[in-house]
Amino acid sequence: MSADLDVDAILADPGSRIIVCCGAGGVGKTTTAAAVALRAAERHGRRTVVLTIDPAKRLAQSLGLSELDNTPRQVKGIDTEATGGELHAMMLDMKRTFDDVVLAHTDPQRAQEIFANPFYAAMSSTFSGTQEYMAMEKLGQLRARDEWDLIVVDTPPSRSALDFLDAPARLARFLDGKMLRLLLAPAKAGGKSVFSLVTASFGVFSRVVQKVLGAQLLTDLSGFVAALDSMFGGFRQRAEQTYRILQDKETAFLLVAAPEPDAIREAAYFAQRLREDRMPLAGLVLNRMHASSAPGLSAADSLAAAEALAESGESPATVDALRIHAALTEQAEREQRVAARFTTSFPTVPTVVVMAQPADVHDVDGLRSIGEALA
Amino acid sequence: MTVDWSARLHVVTGKGGTGKTSVAASLALALARDGNRTLLVEVEGRQGIAQLFGLDPLPYEERRIATAPGGGEVRALAVDAEAALLEYLDMFYKLGAAGRALRKVGAIDFATTIAPGLRDVLLTGKAKEATTRSVNGRRAYHAVVVDAPPTGRIGRFLNVTAETARLAKMGPIKTQSDGVAALLRSPITSVHVVTLLEEMPVQETLDAIMELEQLGIPVGNVIVNNARPPLLAGGRPTQAELRRGLAAAGLPTDRATVAGLHAEAKGYLARRELEDSLRAELAELDRPLIELPQLPGGITRHGLDVLADTLLR
Repeated sequence: MSADLDVDAILADPGSRIIVCCGAGGVGKTTTAAAVALRAAERHGRRTVVLTIDPAKRLAQSLGLSELDNTPRQVKGIDTEATGGELHAMMLDMKRTFDDVVLAHTDPQRAQEIFANPFYAAMSSTFSGTQEYMAMEKLGQLRARDEWDLIVVDTPPSRSALDFLDAPARLARFLDGKMLRLLLAPAKAGGKSVFSLVTASFGVFSRVVQKVLGAQLLTDLSGFVAALDSMFGGFRQRAEQTYRILQDKETAFLLVAAPEPDAIREAAYFAQRLREDRMPLAGLVLNRMHASSAPGLSAADSLAAAEALAESGESPATVDALRIHAALTEQAEREQRVAARFTTSFPTVPTVVVMAQPADVHDVDGLRSIGEALA
Repeated sequence: MTVDWSARLHVVTGKGGTGKTSVAASLALALARDGNRTLLVEVEGRQGIAQLFGLDPLPYEERRIATAPGGGEVRALAVDAEAALLEYLDMFYKLGAAGRALRKVGAIDFATTIAPGLRDVLLTGKAKEATTRSVNGRRAYHAVVVDAPPTGRIGRFLNVTAETARLAKMGPIKTQSDGVAALLRSPITSVHVVTLLEEMPVQETLDAIMELEQLGIPVGNVIVNNARPPLLAGGRPTQAELRRGLAAAGLPTDRATVAGLHAEAKGYLARRELEDSLRAELAELDRPLIELPQLPGGITRHGLDVLADTLLR
């Protein structure tokens, strides 16, 4: 089994400035991020901000996040008297963050043109990588403000845990891509629209594009492309900056996984990827694990006894209790086997186990007990 | 309300981690009984079907992955937006080499990136094509089952007209998406939502159903996956009772074992209480509710057949 992950040591170290909680969807990333941030503020006296992506309503409320306003708000009602720490929390507003990026890189008139373009509307709200990109953008902004000792980020519920590493680069590549250049060429050459292309350089291609997508769509597109042109460099530069922040040793990645085959597989991909990209993986949080309270009694023995007892008609409650025990024991064993797929492939990655909570966590007390379990 | 599987296009969604892929697969197996042919479609490029059936990654091609009692069969298809676009262009414009050229300059990647709605039209369009396809005057598939995106994205995925209308106001893409939208709002389609008896999945189920209803897309059954058998109907046993029971069963009656079982029974009942309140929330939806049992051996082909039996019951 791997070494124990010491989350407290990370939180106590003034050199750690960013913690990124990542992993497959539905494994408890947001809750883990919130619990880690709360502990950093309460126990370690750090001025902490937690950036959540899509928190469950009641968890958001417990952090005082009633609206998505894209700025950190201080969380009240937590116990920081002894340490002097602070906890701030915010929810990511993807559209507004994108708007801010545009405003930062172009003049107001251009920005208005971009905002009015239907392609911008589609892209800023539905592009499959926008949320990931904007989460990283927001992280960059928070880091640049240098107001916090520690920034804890939750990552978006992507289809794949890797999306958030790749999306920024993908979006930047896209905005900087060959296709956009091609479409943009006539505008740059002084042509009025992309249609000069139809007769010019790439005949078949543009005919088809025009036929399939329709002329109006192409006009919008070339307008969008021309307006974005001024921002190309900016986008790529920012994506690269964020990437460097993630590689810095002030950053710690906490990989969160539930003991399910999909989540563990994703975690293994992710650990591999972090290693390749030289990003600092602090450890694995094995979340929502189960354990038997009567380890001396095997699943097989207790099932056999339950059958025999059921036949004799004695103590139906014990029959049920034995069945519950057998199911729990089997589940715990299955979870151990699944988790071992990760720990045997990455024996050097420190691990901490967090047991499944009896109910979902949606208050500060719940977050505190997760924090205890992590430490 | 009674469970109804009469639709021809079944869209299976659910929060990530609820097991929608295995539910979709067992539904495809169930509907293939009595000698029918069904198609199980994957749209997110996760190769979840291949993993479930222990196969090599599926190509963009309909191929048989399982047989069902009565001579039926399940075919599977992993739809790839890029391949679907090329196929579509080829069908309407006889592109040939030009299509390959499009792919080479990255045009297709570009088109599906800048307009994610376009991607969804292509994916749902392929599902529509398979659903309505006929071979020699007979339906090619008795039913098509789509392992769809999770609840958080399902509304956007199925609301194809709105997404593309923002971008394409006329032209073939518009026509295509109008056709898909009409099918998705007809009784031919039914969207089923898979959930667990846990807070977040239930909340997302309620949200998704409300969203689909507002979009006018027919919602079918709510499927509770991994449901545990109801035990301890008589409430929490005392430690004394457990000790007597263990003794009668010839098992150790030491303090640790008795206290351990007692704690586990307590935990079970607490969990069960929460599950009951979530079940009650789902019942308020007034939709057919199916509970699929937890499979002790994990998901195997036999397990999928057990789920298929339960779905049809």
